[in-house]
Amino acid sequence: MEKAIKRYFPIFLLPTLIAFTIGFIVPFIMGIWLSFCEFTTVTDATFVGLSNYIKAFQDPVFLHSFWYTALFAVVSLVVINVIAFAIALALTQKLRGTNIFRTVFFMPNLIGGIVLGYIWQLIFNGLLAPFATALNLNEWYGFWGLIILVAWQQIGYMMIIYIAGLQSIPGDVMEAAAIDGASGPQRLFKVTIPMMMPSITICTFLSVVNGFKLFDQNLSLTAGEPSKMSEMLALNIYNTFYGRTGWEGVGQAKAVVFFILVVAIGLIQLKATRSKEVQQ
Amino acid sequence: MIRKKRLNRLGTGLFTFISIFYVLPVVVVLFNSFKKKSYINLEPFKLPNETTFTGVDNYTTAINQYDFLKAVGWTVFITVGSVLVILICTSMCAWFITRVKNRVTKGIYILCVFSMVVPFQMVMFTLSLVTDRLGLGTPWGLIIIYLGFGAGLAVFMFCGFVKSIPIEIEEAAMIDGCSPIRTFFSVVLPIMKPTYISVGILETMWIWNDFLLPYLTLDIKKYKTISIVIQYMKGSYGRVDMGAIMAALIMAVIPVVIFYLSCQKHIIKGVAAGAVKG
Repeated sequence: MEKAIKRYFPIFLLPTLIAFTIGFIVPFIMGIWLSFCEFTTVTDATFVGLSNYIKAFQDPVFLHSFWYTALFAVVSLVVINVIAFAIALALTQKLRGTNIFRTVFFMPNLIGGIVLGYIWQLIFNGLLAPFATALNLNEWYGFWGLIILVAWQQIGYMMIIYIAGLQSIPGDVMEAAAIDGASGPQRLFKVTIPMMMPSITICTFLSVVNGFKLFDQNLSLTAGEPSKMSEMLALNIYNTFYGRTGWEGVGQAKAVVFFILVVAIGLIQLKATRSKEVQQ
Repeated sequence: MIRKKRLNRLGTGLFTFISIFYVLPVVVVLFNSFKKKSYINLEPFKLPNETTFTGVDNYTTAINQYDFLKAVGWTVFITVGSVLVILICTSMCAWFITRVKNRVTKGIYILCVFSMVVPFQMVMFTLSLVTDRLGLGTPWGLIIIYLGFGAGLAVFMFCGFVKSIPIEIEEAAMIDGCSPIRTFFSVVLPIMKPTYISVGILETMWIWNDFLLPYLTLDIKKYKTISIVIQYMKGSYGRVDMGAIMAALIMAVIPVVIFYLSCQKHIIKGVAAGAVKG
């Protein structure tokens, strides 16, 4: 059978493979190569070794955006997951109207980042106006504004994953714990959370990576104001590429650093949480 | 028992309250979209009154001056086209690389999984160069780009499902004289229907809302998507028309809400299935 299928590879494999080569493989390899070059278009690229990377790490705006993003990822991770978990716990009790609540909480997730940013810009500036200030005047307004925005957007998503996890915990385990005299908090911390570790792994991983990759919301809500102080990594890379001629190589070097960072965080985080998972 | 009932009622009340707060931002934008543009920034939390109300003027401005409906049209075209192409091509590819086992197919699978972790910023500059060089800066070309960049997740999810299909079914079909193509379309495809829906939902959510990829690759003088128009309205030179932006935001949210309410069950299932990608 394998042989028969194999002959059909131009039909089955080729379309995806060609598109994948154009859309991913070629740009990726070119990206790695260009991070070691100075260029404005590809044809004038000259090899300059590590100088792009050195320039990138000497750029104070880049370093600031790195710490800003790291802090953002950690805070958003905690805020999103704690609230989403709490809501999931509450909505798996037999409350009236659970389905409506789920519908409402998930809704913002489908709205695009650019649209979300402008919706919240109106709200935040409206709230800040009585104090004679605005979102683009203080980097921490932008920070907490973005936290509220991504929490609003992603809590529903994580809630769905947590609810699916909670519903897969066998009822007899909880019953046994109750009969053995475990109190409510004990059941939560000794039974529910360990049993939920696979869902927690997925959700924390997703929210950290989402936090690091955040772009659309950052662009539309603050666009890096005031003077690039609320600029996160992805936006910083974008601005390096398209805002400064002659710095395309540095932008690409930053992008490679960013890529390594995202992969590394994912791996570390996955390993840390996986080791806490219990066998069911 | 009575205490539990009371607690439940309290919970319902609390969540009703939170839910109202949850939709409030969109509601605020909705009633601002009916205000005159100069009043929006002054008093965003007041309902429109006789002096500030302007009817559907903002909507007509957004549609006439900024060609909003055209942007909706292109977004629909790009999203539907890309999702259909992704579903057909990647499911065929996934079936092929799971059924034909050799070093090449294994390599393709690993590359696909790898591409899921790569952030878009890594390839954005070079991707826009490549599309430019190949003349793919049109909505039709964008479909190819989306197939390439979205293949990772789709192939990964389809492979996961194909592995669970017993190979005997396909063997039986082939012994009965089906060609591999016929086997795929009349035997494998119907079995994979739930995965088609999940992948379709995930890719739709992504492509519909995507901003940066179309912004960098499309020839935006000719073609704009919804996200691009909204960003353009805010970032374009001259005075920012807040009224038109409010109207555009509402018109961007409405199709999403309709889509969500009409296939909510599938969306939630799709999200739960896609979450395994972590």
